[in-house]
Amino acid sequence: MSSRKSKSNNLIHTEYLSQNERDRPRVAERRQRETADPRQNVQRILRERFCHQSSHSNLFGVQVQYKHLIELLKRTAIHGESNSVLIIGPRGSGKTMLINHALKELMEVEDVSENVLQVHLNGLLQINDKIALKEITRQLNLENVVGDKVFGSFAENLSFILEALKKGDRTSSCPVIFILDEFDLFAHHRNQTLLYNLFDISQSAQTPIAVIGLTCRLDILELLEKRVKSRFSHRQMHLMNSFGFPQYLKIFKEQLSLPTEFPDKLFAEKWNENVQCLSEDKSVQEVLQKHFNISKSLRSLHMLLMLALSRVTTSHPFITAADLMEANQLCSMDSKANIVHGLSVLEICLIIAMKHLNDIYEEEPFNFQMVYNEFQKFVQRKAHSVYNFEKPVVMKAFEHLQQLELIRPVERTSVNAQREYQLMKLLLDNTQIMNALQKYPNCPTDVRQWATSSLSWL
Amino acid sequence: MAYCSTRLKSRPTYSWVGSPLLDRKLHYQTYKEMSVTSKGCSTEIRIQVGQFVLVEGNDDENPYVAKLIELFEDVSEPYCKKRARVQWFIRFCEISVSKQHLLGRKPDVQEIFWYDYPACNSNIDAETISGPVQVVALAPDEVLPTALKNEKTFFVKLSWNEENFKPLSPELFAELNKLQEGSPRGQKPMKTKNSSIDSPSWTTAKHGVKRIELRHSTSKSHQIPTHLVTPRARKRLELGSLPVTPHTRISQKISQVSLESPRRTKRKVASEITSPSKRSQPDGLQTSSPALKAPEKTGERRRSCAEQDKASHERPMILRTRVPALKTTEISQEITLDPLRGGKRSSVVPSVVLKPQKIKKRFLDDSKNDKEEEEFLPAAEIADSDSEEEEASTPSLPRKTRSCVSRNLHSSMKSSLHTPSKTPKKTPKPRMPHSATPQIRSRNLAVRGPASVLEEARLSLHVSAVPDSLPCREKEFQDIYNFVESKLLDHTGGCMYISGVPGTGKTATVHEVIHCLQQAAQANDVPPFQYIEVNGMKLTEPHQVYVQILQKMTGQKATASHAAELLAKRFRTQGSSQETTVLLVDELDLLWTQKQDVMYNLFDWPTHKEAQLVVLTIANTMDLPERIMMNRVSSRLGFTRMSFQPYTYRQLQQILMSRLKHLKAFEDDAIQLVARKVAALSGDARRCLDICRRATEICESCQNPGSPGQVTVAHLLKAVDEMFSSAYITAIKNSSVMEQSFLRAILAEFRRSGLEEATFQQVYRQHVELCRMEGLPYPTMSETMAVCSHLGSCRLLLVEPSRNDLLLRVRLNVSQGDVLYALKEE
Repeated sequence: MSSRKSKSNNLIHTEYLSQNERDRPRVAERRQRETADPRQNVQRILRERFCHQSSHSNLFGVQVQYKHLIELLKRTAIHGESNSVLIIGPRGSGKTMLINHALKELMEVEDVSENVLQVHLNGLLQINDKIALKEITRQLNLENVVGDKVFGSFAENLSFILEALKKGDRTSSCPVIFILDEFDLFAHHRNQTLLYNLFDISQSAQTPIAVIGLTCRLDILELLEKRVKSRFSHRQMHLMNSFGFPQYLKIFKEQLSLPTEFPDKLFAEKWNENVQCLSEDKSVQEVLQKHFNISKSLRSLHMLLMLALSRVTTSHPFITAADLMEANQLCSMDSKANIVHGLSVLEICLIIAMKHLNDIYEEEPFNFQMVYNEFQKFVQRKAHSVYNFEKPVVMKAFEHLQQLELIRPVERTSVNAQREYQLMKLLLDNTQIMNALQKYPNCPTDVRQWATSSLSWL
Repeated sequence: MAYCSTRLKSRPTYSWVGSPLLDRKLHYQTYKEMSVTSKGCSTEIRIQVGQFVLVEGNDDENPYVAKLIELFEDVSEPYCKKRARVQWFIRFCEISVSKQHLLGRKPDVQEIFWYDYPACNSNIDAETISGPVQVVALAPDEVLPTALKNEKTFFVKLSWNEENFKPLSPELFAELNKLQEGSPRGQKPMKTKNSSIDSPSWTTAKHGVKRIELRHSTSKSHQIPTHLVTPRARKRLELGSLPVTPHTRISQKISQVSLESPRRTKRKVASEITSPSKRSQPDGLQTSSPALKAPEKTGERRRSCAEQDKASHERPMILRTRVPALKTTEISQEITLDPLRGGKRSSVVPSVVLKPQKIKKRFLDDSKNDKEEEEFLPAAEIADSDSEEEEASTPSLPRKTRSCVSRNLHSSMKSSLHTPSKTPKKTPKPRMPHSATPQIRSRNLAVRGPASVLEEARLSLHVSAVPDSLPCREKEFQDIYNFVESKLLDHTGGCMYISGVPGTGKTATVHEVIHCLQQAAQANDVPPFQYIEVNGMKLTEPHQVYVQILQKMTGQKATASHAAELLAKRFRTQGSSQETTVLLVDELDLLWTQKQDVMYNLFDWPTHKEAQLVVLTIANTMDLPERIMMNRVSSRLGFTRMSFQPYTYRQLQQILMSRLKHLKAFEDDAIQLVARKVAALSGDARRCLDICRRATEICESCQNPGSPGQVTVAHLLKAVDEMFSSAYITAIKNSSVMEQSFLRAILAEFRRSGLEEATFQQVYRQHVELCRMEGLPYPTMSETMAVCSHLGSCRLLLVEPSRNDLLLRVRLNVSQGDVLYALKEE
């Protein structure tokens, strides 16, 4: 036993040694390759830029709002002035980036950095005031004051926090910056207790606080209760993505180009040159214009660039116009048409039958029996092209379509209702069906003809 | 040092001794005795009911002192099941500074006070008890026996009830004295027993010390001829006799240990083992440098201990002493040895508990000598195993709860006075304040003052800046003032209902009234009264109002239903207090419940003659009593009502003027403009102030630095525009091409169908047509869906949840005209 063990140990040892020996040149080689091959680096840097809302990227077209916000924050931090503000803008307009930028700059100011407390809340996480209060206590490090007892009842928590904030005054307490992400969700809390109290503190001589709400809802003020609304200072900042296509093109260039501190200077230069070429390319501009027309949000641009970037490999070192076009195609693909491509011929036939029923009965709901009858009519005429399936098989196909949510029951499925007679609605538009059929592989000609006209069997 | 720190980690285990006695309430099991065993040590301490104990608290140096009344097991507590009920004693330093002067003399270091305050939680976690302690009751005129100034002995002369010091009541005094005298008596029979060598000598020594103390306390004389002093005891006294110990550090001590000659240690150990009785005199007294001597001794003793007990179960221990230098020398000379007794004592009490010791720096603001000692504070001590008989005689004290507020306040204060205080490992639960005084930490950097006229104006325009007087509410002020004043003068009660839209100065006016009344009360114009304020919005649910009122009134803490009972009792029974209570209930409408019992009670209490309660209620709607209250509630509210009208533009103008008295920051026209604008919109003074504040900012950013001008009409218009303009139109203008054409498609579909609602499928068809006409690329379904939900998230559209897919219904959230206007502009 022991001898075997030692033997195997030896074996491993020698193996390990030899492997080590063998590996040594390989590792060196790899290291060399890594420094020589900057593709990995490119992927890392750009992916980071697209996925995280890194605060070092530039702000586009929000300089005015930025200045307003930073001044407001500075007044709270330095002069101890309480404030409240709402930053409103559609999704992807850079609200979070704006506040992160502002906080970063604020924290860089000397004397301010350790003089300000921050509380970050998110309406999606703090779904009620109780959780929100606990989170505030935690982020303000107040729980240290009294151990774990604070996390008692909701009422205790509330009076605890209120007392804590009431204790301070403008000149002596450390200002607190509350950042409420998804602000509209806080307005749905019961009685809006949290908002009332935050705004009330911001309007009374207590601890100086700045309440910053981020939301995408334009009707946010209508959500606030009248007392809460009166206490809110009515400062609103709108971020609207108010740039045109030329600027969009500029953003595209900036987002894709490599920074100057990139290790491989030569490659970076080439890469940036390529990006410049791309931005002047007609087809690329067309792709971007199309994308811009659909959505101005920078997040969707990032999505597009991410897809294009993932095509970059060692053998294919630069992004080409074709990459972008393909990425755009992926982005704008119709998801349902893709599902239709994967259906069987029987299922396609059923969908065509439903389409005809829709045409005949003007969008009235149908049931399985109607669809089956329509299908039978077609099969009887063109028996040679489609096999005449038995009814249970057709039923199965029909149920599959329901599972794919291409059809939907009009009302809730009840247990006792007969499935054949349950009323359904088709969730595909005619144009969608026709487009999908064009691309459907190996579609029998008769079926295609039947699709174009319900009378083709005549 | 390492030795110590490893010890610190081992936590003692607590176990019950004896069989449980079932409590009458049946969910407690009470015990007479508890034993404490520390992990690394075989010894144990027994703590019995009736003893005085030290309880770990926030402050390691000054553990709380208490008398153990009951030990029981609480099954309802998930974690610390072992509970104890105690009667607290309070140290002088724990009494709030503002009240310390009431004592009228300098307190002794060892002096503690019987804490006679019913609202204090006396129920603690038994595992926070760190050890027994000696407490001696003295008559008020007695001098403290100075010779007994040992850390482990405390003296009680007075009781403290948060208001004044009182001498101990005779029964209490007798009882305490019995306790303390009972202990020596209890030990007497044991003395005859033979000593056994196996118990560690230092334990013996310690008991010896104990004995001395006991004797002193009972006989109250300085000279007791028959006292044992084992080497340990003597050493302790030596330690205390350091004339001026200048802050000996523990590290110093350790280094001293290593420096010490082994020969000497050996000699000492030997002598201790062989003949502890023969060791008579002190090399300590001969030493020329006591400051150095003390640490040496410590080390020595520790070493000797370790050598004696090979398993090294025990840990070094130094008792804190606070004996004045002269006195100690005297004692140490006077002491004669009584080896027999010492040995016996040790055999009787073989159980010693050792607990993690804490090394602490301690500053004593003792005027006699600035002793700054660095020492081991034994957290647990030798148990007195002889209190069985006293315990029987101890009448169980009434259970009292005392509010922890004050105590904790003090302890936090203390810790701030002391240099870095270690956070306690575990704090006793009941000491946890329910209403601690949390605070946002204060800022390090001073607030920068206003630098320019505009900044100054901004400061005084902030809503929080309370003006000296409230303009434009003179009549309302007078009405409320008269109402409350008359009730105060008549010693009756009453209700008043104040209504008005937000921002019309309701709460501010009432505050002003109260402020004036309080000043009048100080000048003895009106009888003194108690003022309580609650806000419906600051409660989590209506019934919490009782809890808040009770807490603000008496400092008590209770559940909602209990608080309601207590309040009802207070307001409905005769002569509880002569003071009138003025209760302000803000945001009354939130106290609405299904049964309306909260409102009913609030309005019912003042109708009782004994209550002397004036209730001022504030809400927004004028007809709240009629709209939401039942008849029996609104009838009790009565008809003393007042409504605050929205400010007119003149009033707003006056408010602004009064705030900007001497500041030339605004043009007169500008002030008039904003006053008129706001008066037309809502009459909300807060809005008015906010707009002006924003206008100063705009003005500042427009001006070139150095020449701050005045806020003009243009600036104000811009601010108003910023705050009140609807963002919908700009949002539509700035949306993408596809979004705009989708909106057009919606309009087209509405026009086609004549309805204000359409399904997504219908709109999609229109959208495809529109795109074809305008030469846009064909929009796929997924893209269009994305556009639709994007518009929905901005609330330009109202859409159903997207799982409805093609069938989801779409509606515009903006008027069609606005959409058309926004789309046409291009």
